[in-house]
This record gives sequence, structure tokens and C-alpha cells, in this order.
Amino acid sequence: MKSIQKRGRLLAVASSGGHWVQLRRIAPAFAGFEIVYVTVLHSYRSQVPENRFYIVNDATRWNKLALVLLAMRLAWIIAKERPQVVVSTGAAPGYFALIFGQLFGAKTIWIDSMANIDHLSMSGSHVGKYADLWLTQWPHLARAEGPYYRGSVL
Amino acid sequence: MIFVTVGSQEPFDRLIRAIDEWAGLRARADVFAQVAGSTYRAKHIEVTDFVDPSEFSRRVEGAAVVVAHAGMGSIISALELGKPIVVMPRRANLRETRNDHQVATAGRFGQQGRVIVAQDEQELGVKLDQAIALRRTHRINAEASSQLLTTIRAFLDESFCQQQSRIQVEPNARQRGGLRSY
Repeated sequence: MKSIQKRGRLLAVASSGGHWVQLRRIAPAFAGFEIVYVTVLHSYRSQVPENRFYIVNDATRWNKLALVLLAMRLAWIIAKERPQVVVSTGAAPGYFALIFGQLFGAKTIWIDSMANIDHLSMSGSHVGKYADLWLTQWPHLARAEGPYYRGSVL
Repeated sequence: MIFVTVGSQEPFDRLIRAIDEWAGLRARADVFAQVAGSTYRAKHIEVTDFVDPSEFSRRVEGAAVVVAHAGMGSIISALELGKPIVVMPRRANLRETRNDHQVATAGRFGQQGRVIVAQDEQELGVKLDQAIALRRTHRINAEASSQLLTTIRAFLDESFCQQQSRIQVEPNARQRGGLRSY
């Protein structure tokens, strides 16, 4: 790897499918940071072979036990990594990552998935108070107090 | 080849059955479907539960047309590789998802001409025949829009006050002040 001066550690968090694909499309903005990925499928590791990589369980609001396990796992990862920045495109893993990230002093960025067209995602609407930069990808979902619209992954 | 994908989360038998019947009708022996643990027994198409990202890219690359649920991952992957994509949205009332976000996705992306939408299994065959007649080669850029990337870079620069790789912040955003105004 090229030895570039690192600006710090950035934790990039996404669950599977569209969340992951969208995270990968914004990764060029993270230049200069040591990027550590957190996702839910082992098979994604091959796409980021140079980066450190964590797997967490995914969870929905209908499975409380999975939510608790997920929250504990994210708290552990963040306590261990101490990232300067936490970024997520959703869903549940990113929500907890932003909460614990902010608790540990990281700058936090939430980009709500482009799939959320009629309204923000569940996690995306609740994550606002933990996000230093809180974005939607649809102009009609932007509000004066956030989330803001600043373009999309397409 | 026709590549069919229902995403990484759960099966979508309504789509797989419709494709299977279409393949029988058209005598197509070159349909490959990723079905995410479906229990439907396909007669005319080859199925597998999951494919890893490299095989996924290879399958899309080799396909004349991609058929998928209206998930962002499937749509963006097809657009990145310049393939026509027919999407059929999962429906909440059929318990295929928890809400109708895929109906909204199909609607928006269909209006924009980025995808071909089959609202249901009855429409699928016709839309698929249309898509096969297309010869799309335009690939979208692999990166997010420059507005979004610039916003994130500016936020990171502002947060860490680094001299190197300083990106010009939009003047309006800076005047409004405060990180949350980006």
C-alpha cells in the first residue's frame, strides 16, 4: 500500500444489498482516512481486501434480541477502534454505530438510503440527533432542521 | 443469458415463478436465477440461493438483461454495468416486504427511464420481451454524484482542519455556518 499521511480512522458501516452498494459509491470521499468496514455479509470482504473488516448481525425493530446483540457488538467495535469518523448508509447497524460513535467523540455522517423515497427509513429518521451531517438523497424529504439534501449516490 | 436476482434478504417466489413460466413459454434455456432460499421448484431455469459479489458482477456482465426485485443494490449494480434491468416491486400486502418502498423505487426509477417496471407477474413477460429488444451499453459512473462527494469531503475537511486535500466548500454552505448546515 502507498504510504500516505492518514488523517485518522473512519468506520464505514452498512447492512447488505443497496446499503452496501451505496456506501461503496461514496467511499471516494474518504480519501486520506484509514477506512474500517462494518457490514453483515462475509462475502463483501473480497471487495475491500486492503481494509480491515468486521461482520455484525443484522436486525430489525421486530427482533429485540438481535437489536441488543447488534448494539453491544457495535459498542465493542467502536470502543476498540476509536474512529474519528463514523459514516453509514443504514440500516440498523449504522444507527447504533452513529450513537456509539458520537458517544466516543467521533464525527458522524448519515446518508439515508436512496430506497427511502416516500419517507425516511426508521433508523434514518431517529438517527438525526446523533448525526453531525444528516442527509437524505431525495430533495422532497429535506427539511430546514435536517435531514439535508446534497445530491445522491447516482 | 438472463440473470435474475431477488437480493440478499429473502425469497421472492412470485417473481421466480413468473420467470420460470416465461422461460418455458419462450423455450429459453439460458436463464439463471439467484433466489435467496426459495422453496419454489423451478422447471425451466437454473437457480442458486446466493452468489458472492464477484460471481454477481460476472453474471450481470454476461447478461443481456437483468431481472430483479426493485432493490437499490440490484438496480445500481445493473446501471453500473450498463445492463437493461426489469424490476418487479415486492408488495407489503403480500408480505414480501414490510412496506411498499419498492413500489416507490420502481415508480421513480421507471419515470426516470433508468429501469423497466413490471408492476406484477402478468406484466413481466411483456416487459422482459421489450427489455431484450434494447441494446443498452451506457454505464453510469462508479462514484456518487460530485455534489454528494464534495459535501462529504468538505465536512471532513472542516471537521479535521487539515491543510492537505482541502476541497472548496460551497460558499453558501459556509456562510450559513455550522457543520449541520451542509
